[in-house]
Amino acid sequence: MESESSSSAASVSGSPAQTVTDLSRHMLEQDEDDDLEVFSKDATLTDASSFSASMPMSPASMINQYKLEEQDIKDVFITVDCPESHVTSIETFVTYRVITKTTRSEFDSSEYEVRRRYQDFLWLKGKLEEAHPTLIINPLPEKFVMKGMMERFNDGFIETRRKALQKFVNRIADHPILSFNEDFKVFLTAQAWELVSHKKQGPGLLSRIGETVRAVAASVRGVQNRPEEFTAMNDYVETFGQKMGMLDKIAQRIVKEQKEYLEGMKECGPVYTLWSGSEDQLVEPLKAIAGCIDNCCKVTEEQVAGLSENQVPILHEYVLCAETLKAVLRRRDNIQAEYESKVDALANKKADKENLKEEIGRLEDKVECANNTLKVDWERWKRNMQGDVKSAFVDMADTNMNYYKKRLAIWESFLTSQKTDVHLEKDTDS
Amino acid sequence: MRGSEILESMTDSGNEEVAVIGNTDLTAADLHNNTNNTMTEEGVPLLKKMEISVSEAEKRTGKNAVNMQEIYTVYLIETRPVDAITEGPSAAPDSLWRRYSEFELLRNYLLVTFPYIVVPPLPEKRAEFVWHKLSADNMDPDFVERRRIGLENFLLRVASHSVLSKDKIFYLFLTQDDGWKDVVYDTGFQAKADSRLKALNATFRVKNPDKRYTELKHYSDELQSVISQLLRVRAKVADRLYGVYKVHGNYGRVFSEWSAIEREMGDGLQSAGHHMDAYAASVDDILEEEEHYADQLKEYLYYSEALRAVCRKHELIQYELEMAAQDLVSKKQQREELATGTVRTFSLKGMTSKLFGQETPEQREAKLKVLEEQIVEGEELVKTSNAECDEYVRNAWIDIDRFKEQKNQDLKEALISYAVMQISMCKKGIQVWTNAKECFSKM
Repeated sequence: MESESSSSAASVSGSPAQTVTDLSRHMLEQDEDDDLEVFSKDATLTDASSFSASMPMSPASMINQYKLEEQDIKDVFITVDCPESHVTSIETFVTYRVITKTTRSEFDSSEYEVRRRYQDFLWLKGKLEEAHPTLIINPLPEKFVMKGMMERFNDGFIETRRKALQKFVNRIADHPILSFNEDFKVFLTAQAWELVSHKKQGPGLLSRIGETVRAVAASVRGVQNRPEEFTAMNDYVETFGQKMGMLDKIAQRIVKEQKEYLEGMKECGPVYTLWSGSEDQLVEPLKAIAGCIDNCCKVTEEQVAGLSENQVPILHEYVLCAETLKAVLRRRDNIQAEYESKVDALANKKADKENLKEEIGRLEDKVECANNTLKVDWERWKRNMQGDVKSAFVDMADTNMNYYKKRLAIWESFLTSQKTDVHLEKDTDS
Repeated sequence: MRGSEILESMTDSGNEEVAVIGNTDLTAADLHNNTNNTMTEEGVPLLKKMEISVSEAEKRTGKNAVNMQEIYTVYLIETRPVDAITEGPSAAPDSLWRRYSEFELLRNYLLVTFPYIVVPPLPEKRAEFVWHKLSADNMDPDFVERRRIGLENFLLRVASHSVLSKDKIFYLFLTQDDGWKDVVYDTGFQAKADSRLKALNATFRVKNPDKRYTELKHYSDELQSVISQLLRVRAKVADRLYGVYKVHGNYGRVFSEWSAIEREMGDGLQSAGHHMDAYAASVDDILEEEEHYADQLKEYLYYSEALRAVCRKHELIQYELEMAAQDLVSKKQQREELATGTVRTFSLKGMTSKLFGQETPEQREAKLKVLEEQIVEGEELVKTSNAECDEYVRNAWIDIDRFKEQKNQDLKEALISYAVMQISMCKKGIQVWTNAKECFSKM
């Protein structure tokens, strides 16, 4: 059995179809343990309609769903809008309206409207990570603001956060596995009180502690034979995270410098206007220049807003993504470490061999499942990342192009107003 | 208000011929001499007959006044008569080297010799209104280059001035290599320079200020203040613009590093990075052009000082005239008292004579005679000074009108060239970001 699984693990970079047959056959031969909800008898689900709360899907069903992805059906549309601030005696917080439109049969209705606050999104993310430790989940905008970046409750900050939250839930909705998660459904559809009571369910504190202890133990142990591709992923994520961090800093610095430039420029117009008060012949051109500079200020403000709202948040999101990826890779490593430790135990212990072997088999599948899902999700993430990054930089180029075009128009109109014969043949230079 | 009118209002007798006991720097004789010190025909400024340029700058070492080694910069002045050019391109220009202090000497001479002219300013002695990139060091090559241009501009302005260009000392500055300094000092202008400086800085109140000059003085103050503000703000903005552009250079570096780990995006990132580097580098040229605009503003900042000096000079002349007329009035009153024996004004002499007895008729006669002489002298002086004052005002106002025309034209051109510069900057920006967008789109 072990050799079977190892060979199928090795060939996973090939077509998913191949492994489906291998694993499903393999699984049907398995005995099942009570606490293993990983492999259910309904392993060969072909429709995407099972909601198992806090339960990782079986490899088979997951791979089936990846096949679905090729057709790229989008049947859940979510908007996050209408931020409202609420004041209680204890705290002040903001809620957002979450509207879901869907054609899925699993939903009782085709449209839902609920209000959620940041804490709820955080809760959702936690549940998804618990259920799918090796899937890459979009990061949430940060809970606390960066120093000196924005005021917590000003419009710009809330708008940026709203956009990020909308992107977060839509990415989940587009994900072939995550979108079928039960907690996700509850998040989208439950009324406030329902959500509160639902949150209270789930694995108890003790079992959560148990899991954490296992995870810590596994990470302390370390993984012995990490497959090459995951080491490569690790290296990539290291460098990627670094570069993203730098780009994020650069983008923010540019906004900061541009804002300071704008502040300086704002002082120029009034001086020209003041000057025009002392002159007679020069009144008109001086006032015109003052007007041009004021218009340039407006245009610069638009540009700064454009960069802050579009480009900067995306870069920042990917800095957070790098951390998410590292965590996912760590969890994958932990799963493998757990498996390896059991293998070592088997080699050393004589007693309880049968149980150990069972456990090893289970863990082996767990490792394989984790690896497969990670690999496929990785490709998915990379595609999304490329799209996002490309559009962020294209946006930046567009913002800057439009900025210069508007400025050009302002100064050209000044020249026209002065009725000069200055020939702009200088454009043969550029 | 003309000088003669002021005096009229001050005298009791209404007699226009009043004596003046006073001193103006420029006597009628001086004015006449100046016109004689011309090297060209009447009515044609020097520049029309001669090509002038400050073409190079070099460093020299030498001993200074306290016999210490110093490094200084000299500038090459090249001149060529206009007709010589038609003879053929091989006609070499005459040339000599001068340092900044010699230009200063020339200008001081011109200020003293032509106090009613708004004398063109020199480029700044020390770099002011700098932003971080420009060194404030006089030895910095960029500073030296801009100074060279400024010195050339100064010479051209003087050479195209209908009055200044005719001055002999100026001509010699351009053409006489050795001993020019001696010639300048020989004119004795230094003494006048010192008294002029003192007078300009003195505080005094004029009883009946000429409204035109008061307004002009206000204008020169406002111009100085507003241009200073503008230069300060501009320097700040230039510094910030520099920062914005240069940070983009970091994009180039990081894109390049990042492209190493990306398969599909690598090429797009690399080429976009190159455009970011180009963008960052483009700010140097942009700010250099902007510096030229700042220099144009600076010229008029210093021009406002020259304008102010002309106004102050007028105030001084008027003040002295007022003092002299007042003095004449009091002397005439004394004569009257002495003649009629009545005391109209309090005087110590009068009191003591009352206390200690009257003077003898002989004493009185003697005093009267002296007074009469003084009054005659004074009246003569007032008459001539009056004429000089009127002439000063007339000449000054001609030059002030000329200056206003020049200023309006120059500043309008400067504003337009500023706009042209902005346009060029925008076009460069559009180009870079269009290219960058193309690269990003291919990622």
